[in-house]
Amino acid sequence: MWTVRVQVEDFDAGAEGERLQRVSPEVGAVVSFVGTVRGGEVRAMTLEHYPGMTEKSLEALVEEARRRWFLTAVTVIHRVGRLMPGERIVFVGVASRHRADAFAACEFLIDRLKTEAPFWKKEETEGVARWVEARESDEKRARRW
Amino acid sequence: MAVRVLYFAALRDALPLAEEAVALPAGVETMAALRAWLGARGEAWAPLVTWKTLRCARNQTLCAWDEPVQDGDEVAFFPPVTGG
Repeated sequence: MWTVRVQVEDFDAGAEGERLQRVSPEVGAVVSFVGTVRGGEVRAMTLEHYPGMTEKSLEALVEEARRRWFLTAVTVIHRVGRLMPGERIVFVGVASRHRADAFAACEFLIDRLKTEAPFWKKEETEGVARWVEARESDEKRARRW
Repeated sequence: MAVRVLYFAALRDALPLAEEAVALPAGVETMAALRAWLGARGEAWAPLVTWKTLRCARNQTLCAWDEPVQDGDEVAFFPPVTGG
């Protein structure tokens, strides 16, 4: 019901959403977010993390979401390693009785994950690899919660 | 007092090591003091002091710079996170 996974492998967003929908007959709403690697100049992206702290921080965010909203199930999956444009990076799925809680908790989880969970992106463009800088707009969104 | 120190991402690339075990001198009792002491060990360690936006964690939880450090802790320093 409360699932956090950090993995190299891809995930099946459709199957994850389906599982959340069927986790309990009480579920009336499933909201999910999928983040992907944007193409354009970026040729590849490598995601590094802090093993141990990553899982702990994601579990703490799920705990906080459960305290703040009435939720039935949550799944957070974040990939690490080298990813190509178009590949999935992250899945946040929330099941609840009603849509308002599912929408709010899903947005809370991805906003806070982006500023608190210890992942770092390194982008490769034409012949150059550089660490992505944190964005003030992400901090601002996370502070709303 | 001994602690294990980890560095991540761009900060790790800028320092000589990814992780180390250090014995702290008396008086180094907070994350801020630890950062200053580690960063004062020579030019190679200067990014710990000069980088303005570093974050820190103690025992795998984000913490403030005035957080006390204790014997046996695992502490980490890193740039602001960019996942998701």
